Amino acid sequence: MSKVKVAILGSGNIGTDLMYKILKNDGAMEVSLVAGIDPESEGLRRAREAGIGSSHEGINDILADPEIKIVFDATSAKAHIQAAEQLRAAGKMAIDLTPAAVGPYLVPPVNLNEHIEARNVNMVSCAGQATTPLVHAVSRVVPVHYAEMIATVASKAIGPGTRQNVDEFTRTTANSLVKVGGAKTARAIPVFNPAEPPITMTNTVYAAIKEKDFDTDEIKKSIYGMIEDVSEYVPGYRLKGEPIIDYRDTPWGRLPVVVMMNEVEGAGDFFPKYAGNLDIMTASARKVGELYASHFLANMKV
Amino acid sequence: MKIPRLTDTTLRDGSHAISYSFTEDQVRDIVRGLDEAGVPVIEVSHGAGLNGSTIQQGFSKTPEFDLIKVAVETAKQAKIASLFVPGIGTSEELKEAVKIGIKAVRVAVHCTEADVTEQYIRLAKELGIEAVGFLMMSHTQPAEVLVRQAELMESYGADCVYVVDSAGALVPQGVRDRVSALKDALSIEVGFHAHNNLGLAIGNTVAALEAGADQIDGTVRALGAGAGNAPTEVIVATLNKMELDTGINLTGLMDLSEEVVAPIMPVPIVIDRDNLSSGYAGVYNSFLMHVRHAAEKFDLNPTEIMEELGKRQAIAGQEDWILDVALELAEKKKLGV
Repeated sequence: MSKVKVAILGSGNIGTDLMYKILKNDGAMEVSLVAGIDPESEGLRRAREAGIGSSHEGINDILADPEIKIVFDATSAKAHIQAAEQLRAAGKMAIDLTPAAVGPYLVPPVNLNEHIEARNVNMVSCAGQATTPLVHAVSRVVPVHYAEMIATVASKAIGPGTRQNVDEFTRTTANSLVKVGGAKTARAIPVFNPAEPPITMTNTVYAAIKEKDFDTDEIKKSIYGMIEDVSEYVPGYRLKGEPIIDYRDTPWGRLPVVVMMNEVEGAGDFFPKYAGNLDIMTASARKVGELYASHFLANMKV
Repeated sequence: MKIPRLTDTTLRDGSHAISYSFTEDQVRDIVRGLDEAGVPVIEVSHGAGLNGSTIQQGFSKTPEFDLIKVAVETAKQAKIASLFVPGIGTSEELKEAVKIGIKAVRVAVHCTEADVTEQYIRLAKELGIEAVGFLMMSHTQPAEVLVRQAELMESYGADCVYVVDSAGALVPQGVRDRVSALKDALSIEVGFHAHNNLGLAIGNTVAALEAGADQIDGTVRALGAGAGNAPTEVIVATLNKMELDTGINLTGLMDLSEEVVAPIMPVPIVIDRDNLSSGYAGVYNSFLMHVRHAAEKFDLNPTEIMEELGKRQAIAGQEDWILDVALELAEKKKLGV
């Protein structure tokens, strides 16, 4: 079977984990190049060891290779804004793992097929990938007036980029809960916990409902279905306990709130298993890449 | 010994104890009493800091910006401050509060995560207000770790760094070690914020002063999260006895405590079983109300929930873990484990 050549821009932790995930899963993609800026970086060394092309010329070698059709950008929001233009001009599809949000948000089990012709899609944030599906699971049964999510991640699994820009993280994630998850309004709050041994990523999602009549069993069924959909490409994604309905005082009166607690254990490809936050990002990006690669191959045949 | 600067945080820390229900009238009365007594800094915001009104923490009954506005308009000499927790608050809320008139912000993070404060301490300084770094749950880390974190805050431009005993779990020697290490390492001021879970809020505050603290916190009648704080009026009485004259009027504070704050409190703040177990397990004080809610819902003893939260090393902002712990404990009980 022919494969679509892809490149990973950024040889840091995310880029390296993504490389292993694509190598591990035999699909429609073939990693032809990992590009970074430091020839001594661990990521580029690992790419060489895995027999994959590597470059420390940043985006240049990617742009120079017409065979590369899809580019995963695992650099930074600032860098991606420039890269997005260059990739577009070179006719390459961009899957953006930074919070730049040049293209539309993509959360695989919710809107994977909606942007199939887009040339640049954004992977939101780790917490967005983990919690948007849960909000959507409720909102497809009953309107969600307000969604709130708390993402608790191990301090060791949070890089300097996120630490220096918590504003961006909260804004992007909350936007995704509204635009993709279907909530009317939303908040997103991260917590970095330094406990030793490091804790596995846990997320709590609250979905406040204004409707008087709703079918609790339907909501639960929808949530369980969604958990199955996500765990198909993020094996460590699961619910902690059953979803519960708790009544809370809110600015809109005393409302039923669906409380969903979720845990994301990583696959341990490159990151340690507790770093489910990083794992769900690369796993989701791979899932999206597979779709676009298959779409590309299908178009070639036509 | 240096005469410390006193910050009263009744209108911030105290909001936890009354489920974020402060009204404009209450804020006006309390600010007036504190301001007239000569308290130099008054903190006003949701208990969890600006923008803390959420399902996780509890919603404010009155929008906090309305309360801050009343405080700013009422205070004649006192500086109005707000608490700010990165991730709960964003730059937008900080800018809005500064526009309304706060003159200081206390940027609070778990005491190992100081690098998250950079964006906000720098913003506060750009906006021309005082910036204080607030190292929460300081009992969890030894002095040398706190020093490294405090140095980061100093490098971002903080005017002061606080050792915050959020769980009321420190004893005087622990306070002395931490405050004096920060005093030795920093060129900026050092503060201390106490909770009373072990009955040591005043004692620890005195220990901090002996170790060189420049700033201390209190709440009127100890109206703060969980076991409450060092009572502002008791701090002033103690400082008077120590011959440290802050110029604050003790009688005015005592009247404020008796006539204005006591009637607001649903119950007096005492070191009951729940508060002692919280401090003993090293659990963040604002968890108290949420723990009681979960204990009642699942027919559990609050003490066992506190113990488990302590074991799991829960930190500020993790109220959602309370439900998780309660569910697990209830499940175990059902199975007879």
